[in-house]
Amino acid sequence: MTTIGQEIPIATRRRKDKLMLAACLGATTLAVTVLSVLLLSIFVQGASSLSWSFLTSFASRKPAQAGILSPLMGSLWVCAICALVAIPVGIATAIYLEEYARRSRLRNFIQLNISNLSGVPSIVYGILALAAFGRCFGAISADDPLSLGDPDGFFYLQLPFGRSVLAGGLTLSLVILPIMIIAAQEALRAVPPSLRQAALALGSTRWQMVWKVTLPSAMPTMMTGAILSMSRAIGEAAPLLVVGGVLLLFSVPENLMSDFTVLPLQIYNWAGRPQAEFHKIAAAAIIVQLAVLLAFNAVAIIIRRKLQRPLQS
Amino acid sequence: MTAVAARNAAEISQRGRLRHVGIRQCTEGIIEWSLWGLTMLSVLTTVAIIAVLVWESTGFFTMAGHDDVTVWSFLTGTTWSPLLGAEPAFGILPLVTGTLLVTAIAGAFAIPVGLLTAVYLSEYASPSTRGWLKSALEILAGVPTVVYGFFALTFITPYLLQPLSESFGTYNAMGAGIAVGIMILPIVCSLSEDSLRAVPQSLRDGAYALGSTKFDVTAKVVVPAGLSGVIAAFLLALTRAIGETMIVALAAGGLAQLTANPSQQVQTMTAYMVQIFLGDAPANGIEYRSSYAVAMTLFALTFAMTWAGAIVLKRYREEYE
Repeated sequence: MTTIGQEIPIATRRRKDKLMLAACLGATTLAVTVLSVLLLSIFVQGASSLSWSFLTSFASRKPAQAGILSPLMGSLWVCAICALVAIPVGIATAIYLEEYARRSRLRNFIQLNISNLSGVPSIVYGILALAAFGRCFGAISADDPLSLGDPDGFFYLQLPFGRSVLAGGLTLSLVILPIMIIAAQEALRAVPPSLRQAALALGSTRWQMVWKVTLPSAMPTMMTGAILSMSRAIGEAAPLLVVGGVLLLFSVPENLMSDFTVLPLQIYNWAGRPQAEFHKIAAAAIIVQLAVLLAFNAVAIIIRRKLQRPLQS
Repeated sequence: MTAVAARNAAEISQRGRLRHVGIRQCTEGIIEWSLWGLTMLSVLTTVAIIAVLVWESTGFFTMAGHDDVTVWSFLTGTTWSPLLGAEPAFGILPLVTGTLLVTAIAGAFAIPVGLLTAVYLSEYASPSTRGWLKSALEILAGVPTVVYGFFALTFITPYLLQPLSESFGTYNAMGAGIAVGIMILPIVCSLSEDSLRAVPQSLRDGAYALGSTKFDVTAKVVVPAGLSGVIAAFLLALTRAIGETMIVALAAGGLAQLTANPSQQVQTMTAYMVQIFLGDAPANGIEYRSSYAVAMTLFALTFAMTWAGAIVLKRYREEYE
């Protein structure tokens, strides 16, 4: 601190100050430019291929006739399964860690473990899921699966899950679980302790306090976190690629055991081909994907604005 | 919301008197144990990941008929050609250097740009500008990574790199590295900004009172004070870069070679795994098993970096107030 304001002449310091501002402005402009160029280049490439039939037809060897019906429905199925698993489990874990667990070594370990899990590359989750869901760790042979229900009906299950849409959804729920837990924990931490104390002082049990007081107050923030985690899930491709999402599919899922593909996998498939026509429809699929994401984010923002009233502590 | 909570609390006290205490305690116990069970799922996930990776990698190293594949030769070998030729070679170094090359390019782009943008957001920008820029960064953070791969392949390489030099092929480390850099930019930026903004205003005011310029305040007071958070942000972003899969699978190429030349194609650890799991490699073959050993290496690397980040945050955090 002693060097500040001594020794260096004021003109030099002013020049440094201006340089710093220029560098910061330059970096920010660069970041914004990159985003604009990215969106613009994709829009220019893909806009001409967008049409209603693009959304409602199956993939094709001819790019002009190809559509994204299977990946669109696949993404929907996978994300629904993922949300049904990851959001409740994530909230339950957050409740346990924030409202029940005592400040112990075990709690610190679980917390550290969750932050480590959020750093694990998503493709590694794919490998775990392939072993666990796809093959049941080898405990049940894929040639002789345990089945339940009618293979053509809606209610059909078999173990191991193999390359099914259920395996895909569970895989994604593993990927986003740590993100969901951390978001839900932050939401719970933002609830003022005075509310909890009031509930406990009135004689409520811990669960009554959580269910009636803490959760309702934390819900808007939690839902925002949930939507942001889901927008991560809908863009994931790598773990699904390992579990066995199909790159080219001509059907939509009919039950939990159906084959599936998702939008990012379809984009990967088309983008990886050398022909420029396929790049065009890849860009069109990206536009659809980004539109879905923007819709997710818009919902998150609306929830944040409408429901989140500041709590007085 | 407070009114609702108070009403609920009153209701609770009413009902609490009516219900039998023994049943209530029993339900409470069941609920607590169920929550504990669900919490343990995340511990179980870690255990299962490590178990699967160790089990399958052991299978790779002890495979019959491939006595030349040992842990040592795997970690120090300089040739990776599992699919080519009669004599496959499993030396992971080309994949590791490929990964590190892409990560280094990404870091060289994202760290300076991200940190300077964070400084701008936290120290210079007006609240409304800041709001706009933050939402732009949120959009950037939400873009699926496969989109960045597509961007590298159809824009960065043909329109930015190939006009600069003839030597850039369709697939190269530079294009993929820049795309990965764009991907991790929002992470670097928003996390660094959080930690810069957490520096108390009184420190800035003190420095200004001593006659500092904004540069002095930023470079000598704010950034050093928030350094632990900034470095943790860098480590987290680089961890994401190492584990990034779809960008490199699309844009970096598929040839594992030991090179530091960014215009060449390289194969990363993740891209190799994609190649194997997409390809027709027989599930019991040595090349299929090798992907688990690669995954184990990748997991160890990212796990070490996450630990390092946690240690930096814990040990070097400057506590104020």
